[in-house]
Order: sequence, then C-alpha cells, then structure tokens
Amino acid sequence: MKRFSVGRLLITAYVVAFIVYMIAPLMVMGGAAINDSRFPSIYPWMGLTLRWFVELFHDGQMWLAVIRSLLVALAVVAISVPVGTAAALVINSAQARFRAVLYGIMVAPILTPGAVIGIATILFWNRLHVSAGLHLSVLGQASFISAYAMLLVLARMQSLDPALEEAALDLGASHGQVMRRIIIPHLKPAFAAAAVIAFFQSVENFNVTLFTAGNTQTLTVYVFSQVRAGITPKINALALLMIAMSLMGAAAYGNGRRRAAQRLRAEQETATEDEVVGARSVAPMAGQQLA
Amino acid sequence: MLISRYGRGLTGLIVAMTAFWLVLLVIVPNLILLNFSFRPYLPISQMGGSNDVYTLANYATFFHSFIHIEIFGLTVLYSSVVTFICLVLSYPLAFFLAKVTPPRNAATWFLVLLLPLWVSEVMRSFAWSIILANHGPLNAALQGLGLIHEPIRWRTGFNGIIVGLVYTNVLFMVFPLYNAMQSLDSNQIEAAQDLGASLWRIHWRIVAPHAKPGIGSGCIMVFMLSAGSILVPSILGSASSRWFTEIIQQWMFESLDWNTGAAYAFLLLILCITFVSMMTRILNVKLVDVAR
Repeated sequence: MKRFSVGRLLITAYVVAFIVYMIAPLMVMGGAAINDSRFPSIYPWMGLTLRWFVELFHDGQMWLAVIRSLLVALAVVAISVPVGTAAALVINSAQARFRAVLYGIMVAPILTPGAVIGIATILFWNRLHVSAGLHLSVLGQASFISAYAMLLVLARMQSLDPALEEAALDLGASHGQVMRRIIIPHLKPAFAAAAVIAFFQSVENFNVTLFTAGNTQTLTVYVFSQVRAGITPKINALALLMIAMSLMGAAAYGNGRRRAAQRLRAEQETATEDEVVGARSVAPMAGQQLA
Repeated sequence: MLISRYGRGLTGLIVAMTAFWLVLLVIVPNLILLNFSFRPYLPISQMGGSNDVYTLANYATFFHSFIHIEIFGLTVLYSSVVTFICLVLSYPLAFFLAKVTPPRNAATWFLVLLLPLWVSEVMRSFAWSIILANHGPLNAALQGLGLIHEPIRWRTGFNGIIVGLVYTNVLFMVFPLYNAMQSLDSNQIEAAQDLGASLWRIHWRIVAPHAKPGIGSGCIMVFMLSAGSILVPSILGSASSRWFTEIIQQWMFESLDWNTGAAYAFLLLILCITFVSMMTRILNVKLVDVAR
C-alpha cells in the first residue's frame, strides 16, 4: 500500500473521522453532565456545575439498582462460566456429526433476539409457578451468555494437546487429577475472559431483563425509565462516571497487556508472534462482548 | 469418548450442566413459547378447560392487522438499511486496521474504538437524543457555521432510529470484517497493483471475496441486533415510527396478552432465522464462521 500515499492519507483521514464520530456522543454526555442547565444538553452552555453529581449521589433508587445489577451479574458469571466450560468439554469430544448439531443449538441463543429469550424464559418458569423477578433475569441472561463462555473456552481448548491428558492417564493419574492439574490450569485465561465478558454482558443487558425482571429495576432498566420520563441531567453524570471508569479500565488493560507481553518476551524469544496473535484476539472478544 | 477421557463422575457432571443449559434454559422455553403462541388468551379459571385448545387466532391477529404487518415490514426494511449503512461505513475502517496500519497500531486503534461499547446502549441512545434535539448541539453547530438558518428536525420518521442503530451496532460489523480481511495475504494485493489493477478492481475481485465470511457474520449480527432492538426505537423513535419489538412489548405489558405476545415474538424469531439462512446461503458462509 505504500505506493498509494494519497490513498493512505484519505483512508487515515476517514478512520480519524470515524473515531471522532464514535467519541463525539460520549463528549456530549460528559459535557451535559457538568452543564448548569435543567435540560440535559451542552448547548446553550450555562456554566459549570457539579450539582448533577450531588443529585446522583443522593439517588437511593439508583444505588439499589446498581446493587441489583451487580448481584445479577455475579450470579450470571457463576452459572455461565461453569456451564459454558462443561458445554465446551462436551462439544470438544463429540463425534463430528453430532458436533455440528450440538454446536448449532449452543450458538443459537446468541442469534436469538433478547425479547424472544426473555418471553420464552418467563412463559416457561411461569408454567412452573415461578413468578417474574431478578432470578428469572439471571436464568434468561445465562441462557445466551453461557454460549459466549462456551465459545471462549472452546477456543482455548484447541491449544491443549490431548496427548498430555493421555500421557497423564497412562502414568496413573486419576480423571480428577487430570482435570485439576492439566485441563483447568490450561483453561484459566479463558475462564477469566469469560467471567469478564459475562459480567459486562449481564450489567449491559436490557432486552432479556425487561421481560423477566417484573417490577424490579436493574441499572439499565432504571436508566431507561429515567431517560424516558425525565429531563434531569443526572443520568449524564452517571454516564460521565461510566466513561471515566471505562477509560481507566482501558488504560489498565493496555498496561496489563504490555506488561504481559514484556514478560513473555523475557521468557521466550518467540514472543513477538504471540503478541501479534494477542492483538488479533482483542477484536473477536470485544465483538462478542456486546453482541 | 467423554467417559474414557474424563471418567464416569466428571462426565456425569459435565453432561448434567450442559443438559441444564440446553434443555431448561434454551430448548424447552422456546417450545413453550411456540406452544403458548397457539393457545387462546384466557382468564386463569378457564386455563386447561374446554376452551383451551390449539388455535391460529394469535397469528390471525397479526395477519388481519394491516398496521402490524406494515410495522413488521418497516422493521425489516429499516434494519436492512441500517445493516447496509454499517457495511459501507465499516469496510474502509476494517481494511485500514487489517491491511494498512501495522498490527501494533491496530491494537491501539481498537482500544479507542471500543470505548463507546463500555457505555451502555441506553446512554448511547440518550446521547444521540441530546445531539439530535431541535435546539441541540448539532443544529447549533450547523447554524453557527452558517450552513443552515432554521434548525432541522432530525428526529422525524425513522431517521432517529437509523442514526441510533447505526451508531450502536456499527462495531459489530467492523470486527468480523477485520477478522476476515486479516487472513488475506497482502502479497495478493501488491501483485494486483503490480499488474495494474485499479483500487476498485482490487477490492471487488480480491479483498471483498476474501472478506465474504466476515461480511456475512457482520450483516447477520447487525441485522439481528437492529430488528430486536428495544432501546433505540423507544428512545429515538418519533410518533410516526414504530418498531416491531414495541408491539410485542405492548402485548406483553399493556394488554397482558402473553399468548399473542408469544405469537409475535415467534414471528420475530422466524424473521431472524430466515435472515440467517438467507445470508449463509447467499454468501456461502457456515454458522460456525458466523459465531466466531
């Protein structure tokens, strides 16, 4: 591509414009959070204020919703990571013909609209006389978040040499030992990634939660009700806090990655290749994160 | 196979957990949904009674309602428009990340691009409702630049929904495209250049065909997320634009008619299944490639 420097310039300009487009709404949110106007906007600018943060801080309902979201997310992580792992183990040793069918069923929840998952969940549990509430949100969310966990664990599993398991068994290790000493340690990074993704997917989730939670509000549902009902800019204050936290999270993640890469380089000379692979794996994971 | 590998006890546990997920959380609820959609909406006292028979009445409600059919059609149409816009916007970006900039820089670009994804979809739609307001920053900026004299009403018809859906879903097109393009050997592009192929021809004959699986999965992802979206249409929609999910919501929460709601939800599911199989057939991609 080096020869087409004009083309390169154009495409770089396009990418920069795209990034501005992606970031601009966040800037508007941030600006509105500190604008001393009764309406959530950055224009007209009425001066700097922190009162929306004070109002947000005193919003007891919001804090309750935050706690509920966290509890639901932890429960979803606790269900979907083990379930996803089990499913990955099953599919990994399934026969080819069976495998395709199983894979199709497991991936289907990702491609099902949240409203459909939510309604199916509530109709099913209602039959068993379980009424709507956060417990159903957990089950509904777990039904598709387990699929992400399964995909992540399965991807990691492919780099595990089955000969290791066989060798351990031949040398007299029990199945439990193979699991504890070989499989689980190897899968650990995938567990971490799956847990993080499951957590954020759950906190983010709106569609499934809306249909399953009954009258209880999680954070997203609460924010939605506020946005629909009102004109108060305290939601912008919340947004600004979330943006700030995600910036810090991104910075920490970047640092962690760099340090991990350095460690790798110190450990082995082939580190460069791993790093490239690492950079590549950011994308699909992020893609899955919010699907 | 499983037993020889993990032993009886562990296999039992593994199979039980997988079965719990697939049977209790996925398969049976969907069958119940289907079953529900063919039953009439009855007061509790009559449930299981002589009136509780299989019927097509819930689906007939849809096919007899011109408005609902129209809304369904418009949802499909505008979800397709959103998908197309996302594809056009993402293609150059994905190409830049995969083939123009070195991988090291690409990682940094990705971190920046990912930022909006960390802020929830409600917030992002809300941000656009601020930006697109009649006296909002966009109109103010355009007026300040002297480009327009009167504020433009951005949020008429489906405009607001399109803007919101493109913004919230465009990254789900970028990532699969990027993944697909990355595996293309750059030498092929250079060879084509050496042989005098134009930029357009290079993309039409080499890059785009290679990126086909990515285009397929990106389109499926964006279309599904758009058609199934509830937040964006309810925050950014106007009086004249209604989304199919909003009708489902009405049946479930306002009419409390879960049976008709189930039928409508099932129609949405059928739409998505149709779209997925259409895309996989047209672009010749496999489901395995889609959910990667």
